Amino acid sequence: MSDKRTCLYERHIKQGAKMVSFGGFEMPIQYTDITDEHVAVRTACGVFDVSHMGEVLVTGREAERFVQHIFTNDISGAPTGKIFYGMMLHPNGGTIDDLLVYKEANDRFFLVINAANIDKDFAWISEQVKQFDCTAENQSDYYGQLAVQGPKAEEVVEKVLGLPCQELTFYTFKKMDVGGEIIIISRTGYTGEDGFEIYASHELIQQMWDKLMESGEAKPCGLGCRDTLRFEVGLPLYGDELTDELSPLEAGLGMFVKMDKEEFVGKEALAQLKADGLKRKIVGIELEGRAIPRHGYEVVADDKVIGQVTTGYNSISTGKSVCMALLDIDYAKLDTPVEVRIHKKLQPGKVIKKRFYDKNYKK
Amino acid sequence: MAKVIEGLYYAESHEYVRVEGEFGYIGITDYAQDQLGNVVYVDMPEVDDEITAGEEFGAVESVKAASDLFSPVSGTVVEVNEALEDEPELINKDAFANWIIKVELSDKSELDNLMDAKAYEAICK
Repeated sequence: MSDKRTCLYERHIKQGAKMVSFGGFEMPIQYTDITDEHVAVRTACGVFDVSHMGEVLVTGREAERFVQHIFTNDISGAPTGKIFYGMMLHPNGGTIDDLLVYKEANDRFFLVINAANIDKDFAWISEQVKQFDCTAENQSDYYGQLAVQGPKAEEVVEKVLGLPCQELTFYTFKKMDVGGEIIIISRTGYTGEDGFEIYASHELIQQMWDKLMESGEAKPCGLGCRDTLRFEVGLPLYGDELTDELSPLEAGLGMFVKMDKEEFVGKEALAQLKADGLKRKIVGIELEGRAIPRHGYEVVADDKVIGQVTTGYNSISTGKSVCMALLDIDYAKLDTPVEVRIHKKLQPGKVIKKRFYDKNYKK
Repeated sequence: MAKVIEGLYYAESHEYVRVEGEFGYIGITDYAQDQLGNVVYVDMPEVDDEITAGEEFGAVESVKAASDLFSPVSGTVVEVNEALEDEPELINKDAFANWIIKVELSDKSELDNLMDAKAYEAICK
C-alpha cells in the first residue's frame, strides 16, 4: 500500500523537505537540519505538519461512559474544554494506543490518535462502541493539523494567525469560527515547550501554513526534531515506549492510569500486574561517552542482556548520549551501572530518570 | 556540488583512501558528509585492529541515523583520528582533511578495485 499524503505535501516538496515514510504517511523528516529545527522550538517557534494524526468524534447519550470504558484516564465530571492524555488498552493490559481526549460537551468527545494506529484504533473503537448508546466517527481524512511550538508560539498564533489563544491554559482547548468554519485550537504539544495544536479543514490548514511561512516567525520543523524534542523531555512514542505488548505501568505512565476508576478495559490485567510486581520497566540511561544508543540496541549487565534501547540520541540540548530503555526490573533502579552494546562495543552508563531536559510548559 | 580530489582512491560506499607509501588514510568523501548531514559521532576501531576490504570498521552518525563505514582496503589500523572524538563535526568542515583511520596496507593490489576521482565523480551525480 502506498503512503498517504497530507494536505501540505506539495508545500513540503517545494520547500525542499526530506520526506520519509511514517505511520502510513509520506512526511517531512527535516527541512534544513534537525539540530537547527530542534533549537528553533526550544528557543523561539517552530511549526509542524501533524495532519497525519487521526481524529475520532464520539457523540451520544453514553459518550462519556463509553470513553471511560476504553480510556485509562478519568474524565468524569470534567469541564467542557478540558483535555486528557491516556491510553486505550487491550484486555491483557497491552497498549493499543496513547491518545488525547477533548471534552466538547457531556455527550461529545474528540479523540486524537496516532497515525500508524488509525485503522487498528478505529476497528477497536467501532467494536466497543456497539455496547453503548453513542456513535464514533473517524474524521481523520477531514482534519489537517498544525502544531505551533516554542516559547514564542503564543505570540505567533495570536499575531500571525490572528487566533486569540492567550486565555487557554495547559491542556485546554476552544472552538473558534474562522470564516464560517469551526476549528479547534488547544494548548498542547509533543515537544516539552509551550505551544498549540490547531485542527481544521485542509484548506484552512494550508492557508495558515502559508501565513506562517510568509511571516518568517515560525520555522518549518520535521518529524526528526519532533522525535528529539519529545525524547528529551521523556515523552513516549507509540511503537518505541508503548506497544501492544507493553502496559502503561511498565512504560512509567501510571499517573495517566486511574486504577480507582470503576471500570476500563485492561484494568483487571493491570491490577494483576501490580499485585505480581512489574517484571520490566522503561528507564533512562546516560552513557559516559558520546557513542549513540539507538532503538533496539542491547542493554547488558552482569554479562547478560537485561533489556533493549527504545529511543536514544546524543541529546541536542545537553550534548550527552542518553536513551530510554526497557529493562529487567532488577536493573531499573536509579544509578544502577549498565552497558549498551553499540557497534559491537559495550559502552558504560547508568540508570537515570527518563527526563533528559526539563519541560517548559506554560500552565 | 560536492568536492572530489584527484589522486585519491574511492569506494562505491563513499569512503576514500589517500595513499602515502605503505600507509593509507581512510575517510568519507565530501559527498558522503553532505548526504549525511551534521556528524555528531564517529565510531572508530582501535589501533592494531585488522580491517578487511569491503567489511565494516566503524560508523559515522548523524542525529537521526548511523551509517556504517566500509573499508576500501585491508590492513592494520596504526592510528585513529582522535580529534574526531571531541569534534566529529570536523568531517563536515573538511571531509578530506579529516581522515578517520590510518592503515598499514596489507595488499596494495586492492587499490586497483577502487575508483579514481573521475569515475567517482560520475557516480555522485
